[in-house]
Amino acid sequence: MARPVRFNNTEKLIEEPEGYMGEGFMATSFDKVIGLARKNSLWPLPFATSCCGIEFMATMGSHYDLSRFGAERLGFSPRQCDLLMVMGTIAKKMGPILRQVYLQMAEPRWVMAVGACASSGGIFDTYSVLQGIDQVIPVDVYVPGCPPRPEAIIDGFMQIQNLVGQESLRRRNSERYTELLASYSIQ
Amino acid sequence: MPLTNEQIILRLKEKFGDQLFEIDTPYGMLTFSVSKDLNLKVLQFLYDDTELRFQFLTDICAVHYPDRKDEELAVVYHLHNLVDNIRIRFKVYTNIQSPDVFTATNLYESANWMERETFDFYGINFVGHPNLKRILNVEEMDYFPMRKEFPLEDQTRTDKDDEMFGRGGTHDFGNTRDERIHGTLIEKNK
Repeated sequence: MARPVRFNNTEKLIEEPEGYMGEGFMATSFDKVIGLARKNSLWPLPFATSCCGIEFMATMGSHYDLSRFGAERLGFSPRQCDLLMVMGTIAKKMGPILRQVYLQMAEPRWVMAVGACASSGGIFDTYSVLQGIDQVIPVDVYVPGCPPRPEAIIDGFMQIQNLVGQESLRRRNSERYTELLASYSIQ
Repeated sequence: MPLTNEQIILRLKEKFGDQLFEIDTPYGMLTFSVSKDLNLKVLQFLYDDTELRFQFLTDICAVHYPDRKDEELAVVYHLHNLVDNIRIRFKVYTNIQSPDVFTATNLYESANWMERETFDFYGINFVGHPNLKRILNVEEMDYFPMRKEFPLEDQTRTDKDDEMFGRGGTHDFGNTRDERIHGTLIEKNK
């Protein structure tokens, strides 16, 4: 008979990167190791302005627990963080501030637009609201929903993790990346 | 005996006579209009009068009436008598070509931000205001968004299909349907 109390023995371990292994050593590429380390220790910076922020609080709470994905530590200084999570309506007047927060983050940095408002302006098709944060900063992952459920935010976070894990170490030096930033007038 | 609407209007008529018009009490709230040159005199009288004592400015806002010739913009003052707990409001009208109205900031400090907001959205030029500039909208904005000739929607977007928002193939803010257009109209053809 099964025990009445079950211990959590279904923990999923992170897969080790491809490489050549022998006794006491392992040889693999920096790209893979650093990607692995980065994707499982992202520091998110929550930029929560409305109801999507409430969903994010649930996502950070014990029930959904974003910490399981290595994002235990929210940073509240952009200089410490890797992932900018924009959750909620961004008014046009807030656009420059959001941009400044993005500029204060150190490379490599990623951006996630959570919810309809951050992605496209949502229902606020009006003169005072920014019609999607991609008008002022580049965005890596868009999470749809109004507001999205915590599962959707976690899914978006895992998409970010995928991007982070597979990113080449040279990407931020590439011409294409410079062009992307230049299109937002960021040097 | 507490102050009533009838007493207020009697007292005002004693002072200003026929210069008051559009006197009404919609939903029990006394409302009247005066010419725009009189707005400060009326405010001051309502403030100083020992019987009326309207000494709290609840709100200043504006209304745009595109159909009223030479009085397209109205500035509305909401006042509160805190002693008798009674509220009134009055309007002054101005034309849209030179929307100059005297500022109430000398009487009420709180009028400062309210008038800036009213300027921001309707472009009322409050003559004598110490710092008349935009307060809520972005400073680069070059129009007054609450005036009726400007559509509510953000005009900088090119990727939203109006048809999907229930306002495609129409004119006059969706009031009349364009007979020549059937089906979806793409943004750049509007």
